[in-house]
Amino acid sequence: MKNAAEILKPNHTGEFKKNFTGNIPILGIRIISYTVVLLLASVLMYIFANGIKVINWEFLLSAPRNNMTEGGIGPAVFGTLAVIFLMIVITVPLGIFAAVYINEYIKDRWLARIITISINTLAGVPSIVIGLFGLGFFVLFVGKNLDEVFNTGMLLGKPAMLWASATLGVLVLPLIIVTTVEALKSVPDIQRYAAISLGSTRWEMIKTIVLPQARSGILTGIILSISRAAGETAPLLFLGCAFFLPDLPVTYLDLGLFAIPMINPAEQFMYLSYHIFVLTTQSTNPTLTKPLQYGTATVLVFLTLLLNMTAIIYRIKFRKNLEGLRGY
Amino acid sequence: MKDTKIEIKNLSVFFNYVQALNKINLEIQSNKVTSIIGPSGCGKTSLLRTINRMNELIKGFLHKGEVLIDGINIYDKNIDLVKLRKLVGMVFQNSNLFPKSIYENIVFAPTLQGINEKGILDEIVERVCTQAAIWKEIKDKLNSNALNLSAGQQQRLCIARTLAAEPSILLMDEPASALDPISTAKIEELILELKNEYTILLVTHNMQQAARVSDYTAFLYMGQLIEFGRTPKMFTNPINKQTEDYITGRFG
Repeated sequence: MKNAAEILKPNHTGEFKKNFTGNIPILGIRIISYTVVLLLASVLMYIFANGIKVINWEFLLSAPRNNMTEGGIGPAVFGTLAVIFLMIVITVPLGIFAAVYINEYIKDRWLARIITISINTLAGVPSIVIGLFGLGFFVLFVGKNLDEVFNTGMLLGKPAMLWASATLGVLVLPLIIVTTVEALKSVPDIQRYAAISLGSTRWEMIKTIVLPQARSGILTGIILSISRAAGETAPLLFLGCAFFLPDLPVTYLDLGLFAIPMINPAEQFMYLSYHIFVLTTQSTNPTLTKPLQYGTATVLVFLTLLLNMTAIIYRIKFRKNLEGLRGY
Repeated sequence: MKDTKIEIKNLSVFFNYVQALNKINLEIQSNKVTSIIGPSGCGKTSLLRTINRMNELIKGFLHKGEVLIDGINIYDKNIDLVKLRKLVGMVFQNSNLFPKSIYENIVFAPTLQGINEKGILDEIVERVCTQAAIWKEIKDKLNSNALNLSAGQQQRLCIARTLAAEPSILLMDEPASALDPISTAKIEELILELKNEYTILLVTHNMQQAARVSDYTAFLYMGQLIEFGRTPKMFTNPINKQTEDYITGRFG
């Protein structure tokens, strides 16, 4: 029998082997990981360094001037926020209810499987195809027919913010459903049993116990879908994304004494990501617009970065909640 | 005097076509503690969950036979499950308090039943917490998070929460198996207190616990009811050889 000193004693051939099979591959992986972080950092730094020069309140709030070579991105910021707001209003309830149905109600395993496969396929459809679908379905089918039924001329049967939001909604729906299903799944079953055994109906259980506990997880999905939608350009090309609009897509709801400004969903709009495309390829003088391009890109990148950070913070909070529940 | 509360007739239970219980016949007496013992996987929990129809939450559940509570078949088509589960409360093996305040946990069931007045809810909270022997420990921190209590306190709070639904039958699925001896002793004392007002079914792995607190004992093995009778008789003079082997610990 060997004693401990013999086993633990350093052995030179062994050390070499250990280096070769253990330390060197790990070193490689470490270098690759650092390179990825470095690449991301350098891209961000480059955009930021060039963009920060033009960013000020005026740039963020004012409209483009002088053939797009001067001025700001105000209408594009407004358009992006308005489209995303409408998208949230349309999609989030739909996505959450779909997820609740999939996770809490379906008893037939095959039906659940078919629905899950459909959602995953939908998630894989290229965004340009979704955009064409939006044009064909929302604008030419739903919009036109609504116009005919309500006799509103060309109010809805044209590319507009409403249909752009709906189409982006279709694009992010799978993301919202999948993250919500995951969040619902992570709520322990014994919590459900507790609610049921205390005499709640299935819906009361979902409403009072399951959804509140899954809240942070669901919010994570919503924020990620916002950042996804904010970065999309392709589907918006057909759906009312404008090259340049002098006026904001705002309508005034007249209440007699005063008027409330409201987003007008039947109008065209400007969009940050599309605005970058316009500045770089469609403007009369791309060299002159260069600082504006960097500025717009900086705003867009930091908007999505901020959203992703928020999502990460919520995810951490969600995990902590669950750890509390599971008792470890 | 015999006063049957629950009557189980020829009950067989299947999960995904695998039989979990085989033709169980059992009469549970009112205001008595009946403990169900048997090795893991013998169907104790399944039997318990047929009494408040919680098994139906599990996919692939099928049953044959009848479960009568006060003479009414609870597997009848027009039984309201919400009312049934109000009548038959359940305490689980691991405490499953909601991540809410102590107060909100207790008033969960009363609020579902439509009681909203603060005064009445406060009364319920004090009454059930006193019944569950936890009032002194929590009365000053009703608004703090329930998950900050110790494991033993959490389990007693679970019992209080169940009592707040005003059941007449209590199902307890190994309520003390995750607790230290002192907390276990408290739970056992509580069970003996509660049997004056409730009919209690207790699933346990702990022979001594069954002997200490129960009036009747049922021994299940491989989905069959092997023996059922008064606890003192079961533990001193069992009829069946298998029962004797299990109780004395000579059993795999």
